[in-house]
Amino acid sequence: MKRVYLDNAATTKLIPEVLEAMMPYMTEIYGNPSSPHYFGQQSGMAVDKARQQVADAIGAEAGEIIFTSGGSEADNTAIRGIAERYAKKGKHIITTAVEHHAVLHTCQYLEKHGYEVTYLPVDEYGLVTVDQVREAIRPDTILVTIMFANNEVGTIMPIPEIGALCREKGIFFHTDAVQAVGHVRIDVKEMNIDMLSMSAHKFHGPKGIGALYVRKGIIVPPLIYGGAQERNRRAGTENVPGIVGMGRAIELACENLDEKAAKMMLLRDKLIREIPARIPEVKLNGHPTKRLPNNVNYSIKYIEGESILLMLDLNGIAASSGSACTSGSLDPSHVLLAMGLTHEVAHGSVRMTLCDETTEEDIDYVLEVLPKVAERLRKMSPLYHG
Amino acid sequence: MYTEKVLDHFQHPRNMGEIEGYNGMGMVGNAKCGDIMQMFIRVNDEGIIEDVGFKTFGCGAAVATSSMATEMIKGKSVDEALQLSNAAVVEALEGLPPVKIHCSVLAEEAVKAAVEDYRKRMAEKKESENKD
Repeated sequence: MKRVYLDNAATTKLIPEVLEAMMPYMTEIYGNPSSPHYFGQQSGMAVDKARQQVADAIGAEAGEIIFTSGGSEADNTAIRGIAERYAKKGKHIITTAVEHHAVLHTCQYLEKHGYEVTYLPVDEYGLVTVDQVREAIRPDTILVTIMFANNEVGTIMPIPEIGALCREKGIFFHTDAVQAVGHVRIDVKEMNIDMLSMSAHKFHGPKGIGALYVRKGIIVPPLIYGGAQERNRRAGTENVPGIVGMGRAIELACENLDEKAAKMMLLRDKLIREIPARIPEVKLNGHPTKRLPNNVNYSIKYIEGESILLMLDLNGIAASSGSACTSGSLDPSHVLLAMGLTHEVAHGSVRMTLCDETTEEDIDYVLEVLPKVAERLRKMSPLYHG
Repeated sequence: MYTEKVLDHFQHPRNMGEIEGYNGMGMVGNAKCGDIMQMFIRVNDEGIIEDVGFKTFGCGAAVATSSMATEMIKGKSVDEALQLSNAAVVEALEGLPPVKIHCSVLAEEAVKAAVEDYRKRMAEKKESENKD
């Protein structure tokens, strides 16, 4: 059976060049970077190189990169760290209603511990404006944390504008850029970003490794204690193969980034254009242009997301949905609800996320299968009277 | 996460769609939770469910439980149909993930709602006949 993987926002394939870079650090060069001997120093040098590669990709300095176990740890470290370290200055945090749970649940945890959090609402496209942020700022605001691009609908937030505002007001600005790094150009200096989270497996690197960029001069206390690794900012023996893989993966992702993005956008826009031409009564979720090059998200009215996914999977297509049935709760995606979708329409969402290996043939196959799936499920639906 | 039996009923739903000449119809669930089941039954003069059909908006388990429930009540008396439990539907499907058990409850409720509607219609019919 033909198989098409369109769930690259969930995770991506580890590419051979990355695996090749990692292999020696699992077998021959296995020293602990903290050890002064040859074995350890070889590993240490590899970690230094990867740190530089990661820094270069976002316009940072190597010393500003802290390796973590992934995006969630990076988000937790940034938000809890700033909250703890700067509590005397204030206890107010600004975020949005559409953040990843790594940010939302961390904010909710802080609310139980005496912090106040403002969750900015979004418009129908999933956007917040810089004016909303400005109006929410109070004398006791210590942190603004707003995602670079949304993981479900791909909407890209006005990050440079928010960065400039926060810098002007002297408030720390963190962005969860897990979906954006390696897909869109990022320069933390130009964009006035103080902290940024990323995860290697979203750009064809290995799982279990991520990084937090922290601008020089900002003190973020560690989440994990127990050693002097990462300059006392994150204890634990370094995941050397992971770190090496992340460095190589980010370097490759940023090579010809614009070219690869343009190629994905062509295919993305073909899906965005052709789905409503072939399936009546669908709704594009997310912004038509301010969106990640690889994200397509449609609600197919009168049918339910998990059923769509199951039937796509039976035809070899891997996608994702914001329906309740795929989230393990009774409510559909908080992102789609925040954008004003009704429960019914939110339940019928299907997300397809491409990578640069996705072909036009793959897209044509989806355009052949999806209308049949929609028709079949609609025939079964008591809500459809077509 | 689903058993082969569930996937089979999802892919090849039995008794799917509205049936002709039904005399009982029940609809349960709501779009907010993501599950709506509609059940149609045609009961003959002997009180036997001759034909049954369903329509479902919902996940794979919702489709499979409705499909299985229709199979289990077809050819049975309305009294027997009322005995159908959600546990029996789950067992017939060789199990459901814990978060999907509510789908089987919905299937049981859909059958009960259809029978209730049938009985109401019969009572109304009798009443109007008595008037004549």
